[in-house]
Order: sequence, then C-alpha cells, then structure tokens
Amino acid sequence: MSDWTLFEVFVRSKHGLNHKHVGSVHATDAAMALENARELYTRRSEGVSIWVVPSAAITASSPDEKEPLFDPSDDKVYRHATFYDLPKEVGHM
Amino acid sequence: MYAQLVDTGAKRLKTLEEMSPEERAFQEKIDAEIKIEPKNWMPEGYRRTLIRQISQHAHSEIVGMLPEKNWLTRAPNFKRKLQLLAKIQDEGGHGLYLYSAMETLGADRDEEVAKLHSGEVKYSSIFNYPALSWADMGTIGWLVDGAAIVNQVVLQRTSYGPYSRAMIRICKEESFHQRQGYQILLHMMQNGTDEQKAMVQDSINRFWWPAMMMFGPHDSDSPNSAQSMAWKIKRMSNDDLRQRFIDQTVPQLEFLGCTAPDPDLKWNETRGHYDFGEIDWTEFYDVVKGNGPCNRDRLRTRRKAIEEGTWVREAASAYAAKQKQKNAAA
Repeated sequence: MSDWTLFEVFVRSKHGLNHKHVGSVHATDAAMALENARELYTRRSEGVSIWVVPSAAITASSPDEKEPLFDPSDDKVYRHATFYDLPKEVGHM
Repeated sequence: MYAQLVDTGAKRLKTLEEMSPEERAFQEKIDAEIKIEPKNWMPEGYRRTLIRQISQHAHSEIVGMLPEKNWLTRAPNFKRKLQLLAKIQDEGGHGLYLYSAMETLGADRDEEVAKLHSGEVKYSSIFNYPALSWADMGTIGWLVDGAAIVNQVVLQRTSYGPYSRAMIRICKEESFHQRQGYQILLHMMQNGTDEQKAMVQDSINRFWWPAMMMFGPHDSDSPNSAQSMAWKIKRMSNDDLRQRFIDQTVPQLEFLGCTAPDPDLKWNETRGHYDFGEIDWTEFYDVVKGNGPCNRDRLRTRRKAIEEGTWVREAASAYAAKQKQKNAAA
C-alpha cells in the first residue's frame, strides 16, 4: 500500500470555521482518499466538510528558513493594537 | 506498554558537552518542551527509537482487534454487537493514525508491517492471551484499554509532534472503550446469574496479571528508559505508570464486587498507594519471545488477512490506473 498516493486530510469541524489538518491517508485516487478520510477522521461527527490534497502537492517552508521568514515581524510591535495607548476616557476601542 | 522494551541503541546518556552542536540544540529544544516536527533535524537514534515505538504501538492496535473479533458474532444482543463493532473500528483507526505518524519519520508502512509479520518487531504482550468468554469483552475494555489510557494520557506530552497529536485523538476516543467494558461487567455483576458473576471473576483472574505486565519490566530492568525519558519520547517510568493504574483500578474492582488474584494487594497508608505482589516475569518474557497462548495464531491471522486482501488492493490500483487513462484520453 506504500505505493499508493499519500493524501493530507483537512476537516472543517463546523460551518463557519476553517479546514484544519488532521492527518493523512493512503489511496489510489482522490475519491478513495475522501472515503478513507471519512472513515478514519469523522467517525464521531467531527466534521461537515473534508479536503484531501496529495501530500506531494504541498510546498512547505523549511525549518531552516524560520528566522528569515518570521523574525522580521518580531520587531514590528506597532502592528498590534496593544501598541497604541489611549486615555481611559476613550473607552473600549 | 502498547510499546514494551523499545530499544534506543544508547548505552548511556550523553552529557550536553559531549554532544555535537546540532544534538545539543536538539536536546535544549526538548528540555524547553518544544515539540519536534517531521522536518526538524533530529539524531538518528531518536528517529529510529520513535519508529520502533510508534510501529510497535500501531501493530498493537491492529493485532488488538483480533481477540475481540471472536465475539462479534457471539455478542449477547444487537446493542452490544454495535458497540463492539464501533470499538474494533476505533482500534483499526488508531493503528492508522499511528502508521501515519510513523511515516512522517520516513518509515515505510509496508516494510514495517512485513517486519511484524516476520516476527522481527513486536506488539503488546497482552494480545497474546485468548478471549474465552463474553466477560472477557468487558475485562479487555476495562483493564486493557484502561491500562492503555494511563500510558497514552502521558504520551500526549511526548516530544514528537505527530505522535503527540495522534495520542490526543486516540485518548479522546479510548475512554468510550473503557466505559463500555466496565459497563458490560457491571451489568453482569448486578443483573447476572451466579454463573455469569463467576464468569466475570474468572475473566478478571485471567487478565489481571497480563494487564499489569503491559507496562513493561521494572525500571531497574529497563535499560532503554533513561534515553527515552531524556528525549521525552517516554514521559513516565514503567513502575510509576503501573502504580497509577493500580491505584485507580482497585476502587473500580471493589465496586464491581470482585477480587484480584493478588494476595499482596492492599492499601498502604504510609505510601498513599496500593501495595501489590510481584509479576511473574518469566511468563512476561516468554510471551514477548513468542511463546504466549496465542502468538502464532495472531501472526497467522494477520498474514492471512494481508495475503487474502492482495487482490482487493491490486484491483483498486488497476481501477485507478484505468480511470486515469480514461480521463487523460477524454
């Protein structure tokens, strides 16, 4: 079965929420991947919608790139609402 | 426990000074409780130990379906049959979550399954005992799944991300297994005939010690524990897990109105824990080596399932290839 395509499975748990990665399944094609994912990841009403994506189709950032990719935003505190102090009298904003 | 005697390949722990810069950075991450993810650098020993542990854990889930399947067609009523079916399907699912987690380490599923079938790798010793009566369905759910939960709750904090996430899913589902098992026994004890009550006690007598063995050898005889604990693959020692299980199980046993086949089992006020007798380690190692009551039968059944399912897998591949061709032509 290892020669079958590996699919990553994403499940939307409730209407209005985003799909979230839950795991993977092997299947010969996308239709079978959906069926397998349904059996494996939604036996207890965990979802209202499933995506399956061939794992090979996913491009992921590498752990070595963590610093160049994500560090630049560390010193941009002004992008957060909490950076801006306002007088109490203004109330909640 | 679902993984017993997992070899780490390490003779002793390295100190931080002895480690390469990569190893040291890795260990510091582990010490800071930062999860390791598939693409992160990891020592080869960590990867190999995890593959061994996760595959053994997965195989246990899969082989664990076999003692129960015996009772599917013999369940006392339709409700119990549905519950048992659901539980067995869960075990299959748990095996698959774990195989997926194992694959993120670069292991090949078919190869690992082949190693199980050739006897090269193990599954939990507990599944080499037969399920002889309906009460065993209750005892397995209560004691065997109960022991598994004690171990798996702790493993939710294991250092490897995909393993930890699989454990979280599994724990959510597993408590249904234990409760349905206990309820089977409770029903028999409260509403059953004398014969049925005796059946419950007999079942507990047979499964009590094998369930205690699930946690593996004493810490003093567990040479791989130190490295596994340092890597936080393992989070609690065999003896501590066993004690925790006994402490929570004895009150449930008493509520059932049953006894344990252990004359030394009694509350120790000073320790704040139950004392218990010594496990028959000869039996444990015998079963691990392949000489338990059902070892050969379990492996034969697994091999047969894979062999007889070959045509289904081949047909699925052929169908997919044909569809692909058709779609390409259209």
